[in-house]
Amino acid sequence: MITSRTWVLASELVHIEPVVQDIVCLCQEAGFSARHCRLNVPVAITEALANAMLRGNANETLRQVRVVVEVTTERLLVEVTDEGRGFDLDCAERTPDDADWLDREDGRGVYLMRQLMDQVENHCIDAGHRLRLILRRT
Amino acid sequence: MSFSLEHNDDVLIVTVEGQLVVTNRQEFKQAILEAVEQGARVVVVDFTNSGYIDSSGLGALVSLSRRLREAGGDLRLVGLNEDLRTLFELTRLDALFPLYATRTDALGAR
Repeated sequence: MITSRTWVLASELVHIEPVVQDIVCLCQEAGFSARHCRLNVPVAITEALANAMLRGNANETLRQVRVVVEVTTERLLVEVTDEGRGFDLDCAERTPDDADWLDREDGRGVYLMRQLMDQVENHCIDAGHRLRLILRRT
Repeated sequence: MSFSLEHNDDVLIVTVEGQLVVTNRQEFKQAILEAVEQGARVVVVDFTNSGYIDSSGLGALVSLSRRLREAGGDLRLVGLNEDLRTLFELTRLDALFPLYATRTDALGAR
């Protein structure tokens, strides 16, 4: 069985947490581990949504973020689409090997998503940019 | 998320309830920076009742740690559950912050 949900959000950070909680509930119902539900899912999705609103949509509240989720007993798939131009994931990713890693305030989001999800991809589409996250249950 | 502050001379204890994330990190950071400006030098942040932390929350802690070191103090973290410890290990920020099991341990390290 596949459970699907879609949200269309204004680019306001206040919308992030309710969506994250809904997705965590879907994962709990699908039998994902407590660790996945407490850490991997909420942190990675918070990163993806914040990135879409603050960077993709440049914090312009009228620009929308579309979130599509599919959950099965095998895996979680999340697609986050913003209205921005997109970015190169590899260029955006900073790592703990960077000299300024322990000093800088920002720049850990892409690294965290990649550490906490099994797959992170991005695609430029006609009207924006789409980030695709996959977490396998086992 | 909410947080409470307890001042005692140059020690500030911050108790975090809930998530420290992009939506609230600025308020959290500002409150502690104001305490540092008023003389706090040892800041103990207690995450015993906290949920998850995102990269913005981690960034706020990094920034506060740097500010405290510049002022001759330090930022100490208490009560991290296994998930939060994993987060600090994944990001290697466990090298930056002293992590303690309890407030007593953190305060005893003075």
